[in-house]
Amino acid sequence: MPEFVMPDLAPVMPEIVMTILALVTLIADIIFKRKETLAILSIASVVLVFFVLFGTPFKTTFNGMFIADGYSLFFKLIFLLNVVLTVLISMRYLVIERVNFGEYYSLILFATLGMMLMASAGDLIVLYLGLELMALSTYILAGFITYDMKSNEAAMKYFLLGAFASAFLLYGISMIYGLTGTTDLNAISEYIILNGLTANPVVMLSMILFAVAFSFKIAAVPFHMWAPDAYEGAPTSVTAFMSVGPKAAGFAVLGRVFLIAFGSVRMDWSAVLIPIAILTMGVGNIVALSQTNIKRMLAYSSIAHAGYALLGIIAGTGEGLASVMNYLLIYAFMNIGAFAVIIMLRTEGFKGDTITDYEGLAKSHPLAAALMLVFMFSLTGIPPTAGFMGKLYIFMSAVYAGYTWLVVVAVIFSAISAYFYLRIVMYMYMREPKESVSLAATPALGIALAITAAAVIIIGVLPSAVVSFARAAVAGF
Amino acid sequence: MVPLNWYLMLSTVVFMIGVFGFLTRKNIIIMFISVELMLNAVNISLVSFSHFLQDLRGHILVFFIITVAAAEAAIGLALIIALFRNKTTAHVDEMTEMKG
Repeated sequence: MPEFVMPDLAPVMPEIVMTILALVTLIADIIFKRKETLAILSIASVVLVFFVLFGTPFKTTFNGMFIADGYSLFFKLIFLLNVVLTVLISMRYLVIERVNFGEYYSLILFATLGMMLMASAGDLIVLYLGLELMALSTYILAGFITYDMKSNEAAMKYFLLGAFASAFLLYGISMIYGLTGTTDLNAISEYIILNGLTANPVVMLSMILFAVAFSFKIAAVPFHMWAPDAYEGAPTSVTAFMSVGPKAAGFAVLGRVFLIAFGSVRMDWSAVLIPIAILTMGVGNIVALSQTNIKRMLAYSSIAHAGYALLGIIAGTGEGLASVMNYLLIYAFMNIGAFAVIIMLRTEGFKGDTITDYEGLAKSHPLAAALMLVFMFSLTGIPPTAGFMGKLYIFMSAVYAGYTWLVVVAVIFSAISAYFYLRIVMYMYMREPKESVSLAATPALGIALAITAAAVIIIGVLPSAVVSFARAAVAGF
Repeated sequence: MVPLNWYLMLSTVVFMIGVFGFLTRKNIIIMFISVELMLNAVNISLVSFSHFLQDLRGHILVFFIITVAAAEAAIGLALIIALFRNKTTAHVDEMTEMKG
């Protein structure tokens, strides 16, 4: 009879603390009548988890099921940042939408817990559980405005296609488990190499099923159909949240599963991912040209950005992975910044989400227009903003890995994207205002905008600190 | 003893029925049942692999899948009710608030 040995809990401490605090937030909802208290509580929780995270030793625990390393640490920082910025931009917005309920904040914390588990997963079972915890919480958040039909519809589409994708993921897991007899990522890789299964059709089938399931999560074409509807219909703050968090988590598991478990069949999976990346950049950028709703436009833009980030995974090197992580961090700042401006335009009785609502914004609200200008420049990738640096590092890593032609394609699509980003700038600065737009500016929203705008400009001018941090993070991968 | 291949064939057939149902039916509840069918197809293959490999991981994963599927059903039905209150339909062809 084997003796029960308590696993080492130190590497899991951030997740344990996060679970407790998410539950505390859920209970605090009953006690506190003012929901702003819960917002502050959830930001305080995230700050606490942040400090715990830096005291966590880099170790593997639960028999290799849970890995705490630099790679997961970097992704967890993106997730925590995502929570802080989302909560800051949500506080006033939820009141305006008349859905100021406390469970919003605990759902965000639970979704983030799922993402943290995904980033640390060393085993397919943990990966699946983390993914479902994240996805189930996000489905509810997408349908949070229950009286609004658009929100219902967004949640419904997101839910149906998300559940469909996770069934594919499970089928892939069951195939690889049947072949190798294990669900541990390192053990799968060893088994494939030891038994010379690099050309085995079951390995290929399961690799393709994983690629399909992860493409759904990161909204890559042709598995992107849910994204525009889900992003347009969901509450704007949730759109900001789910365009950064779940996407980064998708890339975290994509990197770990493909580079570790399927590391020996790299040529085969890059042959699958290259067409996906090209289609993603193409469809994302070209369909965005014809959008009239700004949230829908940013949804297509986020599809296109997933395409750029895929280049770093395709490169398959440590440098490529570091540039993806760097890019996702920068994307978190610039995308949530843009959504913060959109949220500011949403006032009582005014939706403010069509592109024409931005006409003449520079005349009536010069500061808001200037901030939007910075974020749009950054999303296009114009120096000296962070978006330029992020793209530069990704493209460089792909060129070094020998995919110069792919980078040429990416640059062409990136040039096309300038049209629809700069159109917003043109509307703001070169058109006369049609109707007077008032802003719902609050201190919290101001803090979020200050953080994101400062980060976009500082990383754009001095990118080396973030990049060397990302490089150090993948060193132990 | 029933050979492993038979279980795998059953699992593949059930999975394909699920995929086909999801892609062709227009009623949300039927689509949702199709997804459940796909999950159960995976459960069949995992349990049979687990039995033939004499390894417990597959069984453990199946228990997790059943639990998650229950949570997913709760959320899915809640979303359907929320939708039904605003628009008395459970038909995807009538979900046309957003296009493009």
